[in-house]
Amino acid sequence: MLSYAIRRLLIAIPTLFIVITVAFFMMRIAPGGPFDQERALPPEIEKNIKAAYDLDKPLVEQYAIYIGKLFQGDFGPSIKIRDFSVAELIIAGAPASMQLGLSAIAIALVFGVAFGTYAAIRQNSAVDFVVMGVAMIGIAIPNFVMAPLLSLVFGLYLSILPTAGWGDGELEYKILPIIALALPQIAYIARLTRGSMVEVLHSNYIRTARAKGLRETLVVNRHAIKGALLPVVSYLGPATAAVMTGSVVIESIFGVPGIGTYFIKAALNRDYPLVMGVVIVYAVMIILLNFLVDMIYGLLDPKLKSR
Amino acid sequence: MSVMNKSAKKDASPILSVRDLKVHFPIPSKGLFAPDRQLKAVDGVNFDLYPGETLGVVGESGCGKSTLGRAILQLIPPTDGQVAWLGKNIVGAPHRDMQPLRRDLQIIFQDPLASLNPRMTIGEIIAEPLVTHKPELGKEEIKARVKRMMARVGLLPQMINRYPHEFSGGQCQRIGIARAMILEPKLIVCDEPVSALDVSIQAQIVNLLQELQREFDLSLIFISHDLSIVRHICHRIMVLYLGNVAELADRDSIYAAPRHPYTKALISAVPIPDPEIERNKERIVLTGDLPSPLSPPSGCVFRTRCPFAKDKCAQEPPVLERVSDSQEVACHFHDSI
Repeated sequence: MLSYAIRRLLIAIPTLFIVITVAFFMMRIAPGGPFDQERALPPEIEKNIKAAYDLDKPLVEQYAIYIGKLFQGDFGPSIKIRDFSVAELIIAGAPASMQLGLSAIAIALVFGVAFGTYAAIRQNSAVDFVVMGVAMIGIAIPNFVMAPLLSLVFGLYLSILPTAGWGDGELEYKILPIIALALPQIAYIARLTRGSMVEVLHSNYIRTARAKGLRETLVVNRHAIKGALLPVVSYLGPATAAVMTGSVVIESIFGVPGIGTYFIKAALNRDYPLVMGVVIVYAVMIILLNFLVDMIYGLLDPKLKSR
Repeated sequence: MSVMNKSAKKDASPILSVRDLKVHFPIPSKGLFAPDRQLKAVDGVNFDLYPGETLGVVGESGCGKSTLGRAILQLIPPTDGQVAWLGKNIVGAPHRDMQPLRRDLQIIFQDPLASLNPRMTIGEIIAEPLVTHKPELGKEEIKARVKRMMARVGLLPQMINRYPHEFSGGQCQRIGIARAMILEPKLIVCDEPVSALDVSIQAQIVNLLQELQREFDLSLIFISHDLSIVRHICHRIMVLYLGNVAELADRDSIYAAPRHPYTKALISAVPIPDPEIERNKERIVLTGDLPSPLSPPSGCVFRTRCPFAKDKCAQEPPVLERVSDSQEVACHFHDSI
């Protein structure tokens, strides 16, 4: 198990390197640059600025410089948000994004698994259809519709929560973005859980458990749930990475100062180092979470444990 | 031995009496407003089982063997009829009443590996019935009993902490047997316990079941489609066809003189380990497939494949008739064919 873990972590290094390389060149291939404006800059000034950021050098050389600095832990300066380094911006944005993301995924896990399990036990009953129907709606409604709706109802009509903003990070500002982030995840996890739970409940070893004379709650809690959670666990890796690095849409609608907000601004403005920084954070997150998921998998499935 | 055994037991009262047992599954109709159809998996089965007896249940795939076995144990709720365990009807009994009975009524399943929870060690699997039904036993006592039972069924007790996937098919079935035997039940339904195993392992498992039967005075309901094994292990044999009993008789009577045309066809298909006889014996080959249990034939369910079918067979379903002391047949013309 330990050697497997170490091997997995070692494989992550080339993966990350490939992600960085691809992102770097794709970003540069896209037309436009950070200093393109409606009114062109005087050529000398543009040349000076470009030289300051090494943008006048050949692409491969720029890449070499970037990688070199990266190895020293330097993500470079932000081109557009002056006087801030990329690292500073990410450190400033990460706590908000991660708080929202982690809370959303935790809530989604609890409610999603509960709803899904309940629907599976009452398969094809009215409860099942209602839960799955609502879940389908939850998945189908895009969050740029759901978020303003939540804001409208709870912020404006009921006036119990702020419509948007962050304040000083008080809880009341976080509730709506967390709900907006969690809802589609609850829906998705509920459907995943129901699907695999239905399958597990029909498997032979569940029949054996019933034949032993176990109560139905024990059959579900002791025998079925571990197996039924496997697909949910593997979904959790990428899902957690996605919500933690900030949902671009949710963060901009609620005005959350998180990574997601930077990501969209940076991409639109061709702020190369900032885009690269966010991409790296995102990639590391996904790799790490998938690694965690695989480790949890090993604990849930004894067949993998011995490897 | 078996006949003596059986006649000796015959004076005793049956431990299990099944009367007119029916299991119908509703099949959702294809049309939006058409009514649901009924799949009659088991359609009126009667038999008694005596202590220490083995009853074989044979028939082709889809004839309702497994459904019958599970319905007896209330793992599938019967639609109608009675299952009397020690004189008391258990059909429709709530979980609270059923739970203590599960100590006495156990089952071994067909697919040995899939029937074991892959996320539990075999120690946990075998111990679970004890933990559930006899929580007063201490941890040490339970572990000791599990190890004793493992040794009894031919597993090394030191393998107690391994997981099911580390075992072979035959070993998995031994685990399944240990799990069923740990409560020392009075009846075990063996639902095709050896059909997933290869022949040499089949013999070991069958012998193990016979030893355990003698040792613990078990009654067995042995579901199988392998007539050679059934002949080896069973005292009485019930032939099922489309959820109906075609013939129910002593082993010796049924193999020597089958009375139902379906039984005759089945028995004539059993290979004989002598090429000379095998080559020259007369085989009754049935044509056609098993009719759909969704729309079984009228009258006698077997008439569509019966070489002797007459008009009466389409009109009137035959009832199980006692033709000798040890043989019952459901056929209108059992005398003339």
